[in-house]
Amino acid sequence: MAYSEKVIDHYSNPKNVGTLDKSKKNVGTGLVGAPECGDVMRLQIEVDDATGVITDAKFKTFGCGSAIASSSLATEWLKGKTVDQAVQIDNMDLVEELNLPPVKIHCSVLAEDAIKSAINDYRKKNGLEELVFEEKVH
Amino acid sequence: MLKLPIYLDNNATTPMDPRVLEAMIPYFTEHFGNAASRNHPFGWEAEEAVDYAREQVAKLVGADPKEIIFTSGATEGDNLGIKGVYEMYASKGNHIITCTTEHKAVLDTCKHIERTGGEVTYLEVKADGLIDLTELEAAIKPTTILVAIMYANNEIGVIQPIREISAIAKKHGVLFFTDAVQAVGKIPVDVNKDGIDIMAFTAHKMYGPKGIGALYVRRKNPRVKVTAQMDGGGHERGMRSGTLNVPGIVGFGKACELARLEMADDAARLSKLRDKLQNALMQIEETYVNGNQEHRLPHVANISFKYVEGEGLLMGFNKNIALSSGSACTSASLEPSYVLKALGLGDDLAHSSLRFGLGRFTTEEQIDYTIKSVSETVLKLREMSPLWEMFKEGVDIDKIEWAHH
Repeated sequence: MAYSEKVIDHYSNPKNVGTLDKSKKNVGTGLVGAPECGDVMRLQIEVDDATGVITDAKFKTFGCGSAIASSSLATEWLKGKTVDQAVQIDNMDLVEELNLPPVKIHCSVLAEDAIKSAINDYRKKNGLEELVFEEKVH
Repeated sequence: MLKLPIYLDNNATTPMDPRVLEAMIPYFTEHFGNAASRNHPFGWEAEEAVDYAREQVAKLVGADPKEIIFTSGATEGDNLGIKGVYEMYASKGNHIITCTTEHKAVLDTCKHIERTGGEVTYLEVKADGLIDLTELEAAIKPTTILVAIMYANNEIGVIQPIREISAIAKKHGVLFFTDAVQAVGKIPVDVNKDGIDIMAFTAHKMYGPKGIGALYVRRKNPRVKVTAQMDGGGHERGMRSGTLNVPGIVGFGKACELARLEMADDAARLSKLRDKLQNALMQIEETYVNGNQEHRLPHVANISFKYVEGEGLLMGFNKNIALSSGSACTSASLEPSYVLKALGLGDDLAHSSLRFGLGRFTTEEQIDYTIKSVSETVLKLREMSPLWEMFKEGVDIDKIEWAHH
């Protein structure tokens, strides 16, 4: 199976690889997937408390090229968005942007899960109620 | 000059040796006859070529030419060998013993037999990929008619104790079948010394053409028969009907002859290159060799790079190096290699494996390039891996409650 150019580009030059300080109150961390499934994503956001804008986003991913590309693209999209806007990111937007084939859609679902999980971690740390999301099929 | 891409997936298939192609060409055009045409020179030429190739094939495995049945490949050989014995010896029993790391052509054939009323025992393998001989003997019962154990494994290259297995089968009056696809032409295989009754092998894993293989069926001590799985003209002593693939057979014969003459040199050279590759990659921390290293094909190494996912790893160099991974990220099931899991490897290590299959045309320059590319990609991906970071921080990954999908 050939990868799309965008997947190859994110894989070769991933954006925002790294780690944010999870002890900070304005950093939300999402860790999703499982080693047994061959995919683990950790996505982190740093939020400006005053404006609710995501000022930084970082990821680390254990997985195939599409999983790496999905998380790399997700971090790019997150930066500059408010938390409320970030919640709206849909996995199908990632699929479309990266031209993921059907067998790789689960990578995009995982990235969406990682975003939501990071947002909820941030909300929890800041005394906000966790959002409930409808579960997507992987 | 180093020519890219490099092919290191020789367990999947091998390139054809140009000398094999050269031998085949006249049999597509000039000598196109049907080997079963008994009444004219076109048929005679074809038959003569087939007879000669049958001798070349038989000689490689120490068989009599009459014991070689040409097939379309090893999948057909596995089906014909196992189903053929099951049907032919139905009056003696219905129990077959095999093992969990067999190729799908054997496992699915056995499943088919189970659906038609047969009984199959699937032996587990030990952590090194070899079967336990005591367990094998204990599994034999009065209704057992066949032991089907592969010669060498396609994913990890481990070589089963064939002579010990055949001795146990013989002691209990049970026939012994082996899928020897990965072994024939690579290491010495002798049907008599090894005590093999039925054996499937194929040309395209030993620098011959695709679409041609053989089933060895013993004629003496004991005389073995298999029930044909295709009805037709009664070719190949009635065991495999169908017009003979003469050019393929000629190529298979030539490939066998070359293997017989060059196997020892190829194996010595390739095992040195394989060891160089393996030793260099093992310098990377948290890297593991899968399967027994003493009883292993000389040109194969299966290595897991922990905390890096195999398919992601392949992507780092698959434009330039052709390799396989035990990861199955592309499959709908997301299940990694069943062979590696059978060794007791955790799914994470199975997902992190690469299979290196060297071949006759592999050069040292290619191995040096591969060492560099693979090492660099592993290090790069580990920098990107959350699991690697946790490992480095001393977090026990097995203790984390992962969300399973």
